[in-house]
Amino acid sequence: MATDIAAPRDRSRPIVREIPHTVSPGLWVLAWRRLRSDRVAMVSMVIVAAFLVMMILSGTGLIARDWNREVGVNYAPPSFVETQGATPSNGQSAPVTTETPATGAEYKSMIVDPIGDVIEQLRSGSAPSAPAVPGTPPATEEKSVDPLADVMADIRAGKGVTAEAQAEERKATLPFGGDKWGRDVLKKTIKGSETSIFVGLASAALATFLGTVFGAVAGYYGRWVDDFFNWFYSVFSSIPYLLLILAVAAVLQQKGMLTIILILGLTGWTGVFRLLRAEYLKHKSREYVQAADAIGASNARRMFIHIFPNVSHVVLVQLSILAVGFIKSEVILSFLGFGVPVDVVSWGSMLNEAQNELILGKWWQLVAATTAMALLVTAFSLFTDSLRDALDPKLKGRAGT
Amino acid sequence: MGAYIIRRLWQMIPTMLGVILLVFLLFNWVGGDPAYVLAGKISNQEQIDNIRRQLGVDQPYWVQLWIFVKQVVTADFGASWSTNERVSHILLTRLGPSLTVVVPLVLLATLISIGLALAVAYVRGSFTDRMVMIICTVGLSVSILVYIIVFQYVFAYKLGWFPVQGWGDSFVENLVVYSSLPILIGLVVSIAPDLRLYRTFFLDEINQDYVRTARAKGVSENRIMWVHVLRNASIPIITFLMAGIPGLLLGSFLIERFFSIPGIGREVILAVERSDFPVIKAITVYVAFATIATNLLADLTYKAVDPRVQLK
Repeated sequence: MATDIAAPRDRSRPIVREIPHTVSPGLWVLAWRRLRSDRVAMVSMVIVAAFLVMMILSGTGLIARDWNREVGVNYAPPSFVETQGATPSNGQSAPVTTETPATGAEYKSMIVDPIGDVIEQLRSGSAPSAPAVPGTPPATEEKSVDPLADVMADIRAGKGVTAEAQAEERKATLPFGGDKWGRDVLKKTIKGSETSIFVGLASAALATFLGTVFGAVAGYYGRWVDDFFNWFYSVFSSIPYLLLILAVAAVLQQKGMLTIILILGLTGWTGVFRLLRAEYLKHKSREYVQAADAIGASNARRMFIHIFPNVSHVVLVQLSILAVGFIKSEVILSFLGFGVPVDVVSWGSMLNEAQNELILGKWWQLVAATTAMALLVTAFSLFTDSLRDALDPKLKGRAGT
Repeated sequence: MGAYIIRRLWQMIPTMLGVILLVFLLFNWVGGDPAYVLAGKISNQEQIDNIRRQLGVDQPYWVQLWIFVKQVVTADFGASWSTNERVSHILLTRLGPSLTVVVPLVLLATLISIGLALAVAYVRGSFTDRMVMIICTVGLSVSILVYIIVFQYVFAYKLGWFPVQGWGDSFVENLVVYSSLPILIGLVVSIAPDLRLYRTFFLDEINQDYVRTARAKGVSENRIMWVHVLRNASIPIITFLMAGIPGLLLGSFLIERFFSIPGIGREVILAVERSDFPVIKAITVYVAFATIATNLLADLTYKAVDPRVQLK
């Protein structure tokens, strides 16, 4: 402004810039500086990055490709456990842990499985008659036929064949123990991390994309478009999130990574929508958008080329918040058997197996899956908090959830 | 006030219709012909035809939608596809066990979280505060599944302090014997996030001028925290609690499943496992309606506890 006013007086001489031209740091540069000075943020970022690298390496088959091979004996204990069967809870669990894999009946009786008895019954031959018995009190009954029983049986049969082929090279202990079929828990955890993180990131990307587009359109156009999307939002947000996920899971019968990504992504966009709509409402009447209008930028161009970079920090923070939430949701869904298919390992399916193994005193798979997940989720949430503080310093100290 | 409530009730109708439409599209359109699902469950072809006729599968979609709207309004979703039990009966009988676990859980979790959050907010920035926050963050990152698995194994299976699972007939027995471990797990899981959230509410209040004024006129620290600060911070806390009420019925669904508690949450999981569409449809629609209603209730409570709030 000052030069403008000065210009008419000094019309003869060109204005000479004496201050060397420096680019003032933008939002991202400033944010990166703030982030770098935050030690917690840097540590957690390294951990998250390590997990991402691990996911990529495992996804491309460079590591843990042979996770499915049975390299150890059944329930091979971890190498760092000195003697076989000596677990930390030595005293009380001794009768259980010293036992080698129990016989079928013993094993099943030890499992705390709500529908275990029913499955037992069904297996022992009462299966055909059970579902059709009328007059029995249905309230207390849990007639649930495992839809995967056949698949599991096939897989187990397949396992049995390969297991015998490699029987001679099986090890007694593995670095972090083995699972029911003697597969290396460490490799399994890496593979499971790949699945869980990938599902979390992909569905978070989908949900963020939907929320951004809906929010941009609703906030930018306003009027009836806004009313429509608000209605859409209120419909989706009035159904509790987990219930919506389970309802969609019930309807989509086929299982697979894509299904669970779609379930999580299509139901999880509401939070992003609300924030982005507010941002677009705020930005659409700003001067730079009016300027873009004046030079003839189209609506779509104004929305996504001009406004979007100015709200992208909100999107980034939402993306990482959603990723953490979806990783947790995927674990629960896969645990319940509504998530990844049986031949894919994820943290959820590992926990499902670990539930039964714990009764037998085989704690290592539980510990491995829990540690990996807790480490990633802690690092990711700490990083998200720091990211939000760095990108939006006004919010600092107000830990939203 | 009266006009406000009437307008809000009027505004609920499009949302409720939207919920009905969403559930309808999901189950009747995406879900397709129920005969495929039923084929694996019911061997009697006549029964399948009967269910298909009830749903109006052969009719145009608007007729099916009308049938569904009638079902919602009359609360008559017919019988479960798996157990042949009336859906309305399922909902009513499962409500009690869910509430037996959830009501004490929410009361205890709220009281404990508020107490701890007040204490932590009072010593904000100190070593204790930071340790508690770190423990909360780490505790939050462990899946609820792990808490349930480990607690059930250690306290019920190994130590035998609680029954591993089960549910009785008498209310007192259910509450004291069967609900205590589920409630304990629920507490462990819910205190960490609540504590973090309430702490920020308290921190917002603790730096206000009225706190300094109260100190200046010699009010005791206890009175400042428990009366002045708590009363003001209770506004966002109540709003938060109200907003979470409908989710609570389902929130404990994992606990209900692990401990075989015959509640709504376990019913949802069983229904999804068995593709028992009428039960899922009914629960989804009514829980959504309950959410819409509690949102209004939350706004009214908000007004009641904070006279400064203007309802528009």
